[in-house]
Amino acid sequence: MPVKVRIPTPLRKLTNNEEVIEVSASTVGGAFVEMQSRYPGIQERLLDETGAVRRFVNVYVNEEDIRFLQNQQTPLKNGDEISIIPAIAGG
Amino acid sequence: MEKHEGFMKALKCRECGREYPLAATHVCEFDFGPLEVVYDYSRIRQSMDRSAIQARPQTMWRYRELLPIIREPTVGFQVGFTPLVKADRLAQRLGIRELWIKNDTVNYPTLSFKDRVVSVALSRARELGFSTVACASTGNLANSVAANAAAAGLKAYVFIPADLEQGKIVNSLIYGAHVIAIKGHYDEVNRLCAEIAGKFGWAFVNVNMRPYYAEGSKSMGFEIIEQLGWRIPQHTVVCMASGSLLTKIQKSYQEFIKLGLVAETPYKVHGAQATGCAPISTAHKAGLDFFKPVKPNTIAKSLAIGTPADGFYALRVMKETGSASDDVTDAEIIEGMKLLAECEGIFAETAGGVTVGVAKKLIASGKIPANDSAVLCVTGHGLKTLDAVVGHAGRTREIRPSLREFEALLDAEAKITATI
Repeated sequence: MPVKVRIPTPLRKLTNNEEVIEVSASTVGGAFVEMQSRYPGIQERLLDETGAVRRFVNVYVNEEDIRFLQNQQTPLKNGDEISIIPAIAGG
Repeated sequence: MEKHEGFMKALKCRECGREYPLAATHVCEFDFGPLEVVYDYSRIRQSMDRSAIQARPQTMWRYRELLPIIREPTVGFQVGFTPLVKADRLAQRLGIRELWIKNDTVNYPTLSFKDRVVSVALSRARELGFSTVACASTGNLANSVAANAAAAGLKAYVFIPADLEQGKIVNSLIYGAHVIAIKGHYDEVNRLCAEIAGKFGWAFVNVNMRPYYAEGSKSMGFEIIEQLGWRIPQHTVVCMASGSLLTKIQKSYQEFIKLGLVAETPYKVHGAQATGCAPISTAHKAGLDFFKPVKPNTIAKSLAIGTPADGFYALRVMKETGSASDDVTDAEIIEGMKLLAECEGIFAETAGGVTVGVAKKLIASGKIPANDSAVLCVTGHGLKTLDAVVGHAGRTREIRPSLREFEALLDAEAKITATI
């Protein structure tokens, strides 16, 4: 079973309006590369010029922020779920 | 009736500058940067001067041109213009020449500064045709959305962390709002709401309505300037959760300068956090312009945001203005709450204890010089966070209804006092 990636609204124009796509990469960074090969342009929306995740993009693996895991080196296994979510305001 | 066509021009990405129409949308499609309202300041300048403002009702809407709605407000007419209290007794205790408390513990109707942002967000939501409003909240925002939505006849869904103080939970339920408690901390509630907001077509005040919502905080800064007699305080101390309030206070000072409503004088806006959730002050003290997310563990639950969305901008504002920041422990938070209550008769929630506690540290270290003047922004009422101070605020002494027992009690206390 592959890894599911939930695509946020602002990026769905790039994924032909797919809300969920599947990848088979073994790390989060690898998933971004795989997504770029299928949906050209998506990587620059997620990563800045230095290759780091943009500061207003939050990436979660199974609901845990990857900054608490191993960032883009975070390993993925079958059945994992990645969420990409814009940072939002306080409350 | 005065007619407005609106003083807004567009929404604009704070990162890349791309512009968007004035819709219910909050992030740049390109880089996910937050969108901010762009105003037509030349039109505003023609419509707003000191005498025009002073002739208007004493609410936050007297600064109407700088708040992002097109027509007259339809939610929360009475919000704002809370007292700016000269705090001489607290000034003496903290060792500073002049001190003021901006007292949003008595904001209308739900006793926190959130009524400012919510009245803007809900008025704008109505303009955009929404009938259901929602929020992700650490408590105060939930209370305010629930109450203001009830008064406006809007349907409300509020999402909160399940471990909130009872006071804040009841304070949302009573208005008939749908209160959804999430088993997780605020950052997890937030993440869920970001996903829900994309799906249901509701006006989420701090998600898709955020560009409008956040601007409401500026009214606190406008009021401070006006209530000080049209001057900018040398020092303002603001508690930080997402960091939004601090950035908007600074923006309010900048806008009044730009419009010629106040003279440009040096000012600092210092940030206050709880040690148990201090991603912004930790980064600031280390001289960084980015923060590391944390997992919150503090009694200041209204500030418990480990991934602060405006953290970058709060850091930038503090850096540009040469301001300081610091954080205080749970014990220091309670001490701060007691100090404010005992010196000024103001019962603030835990976040107010954070502000007072950090102000005390900054004055003691000279970062706020003893001969200067400071305003502390106190943002929510203490009755909402009773759980945090039960057992720390002294205790009652119980006697029978007998004069003899009362005299005995006074005698005993006099003896204890004499031996100290």
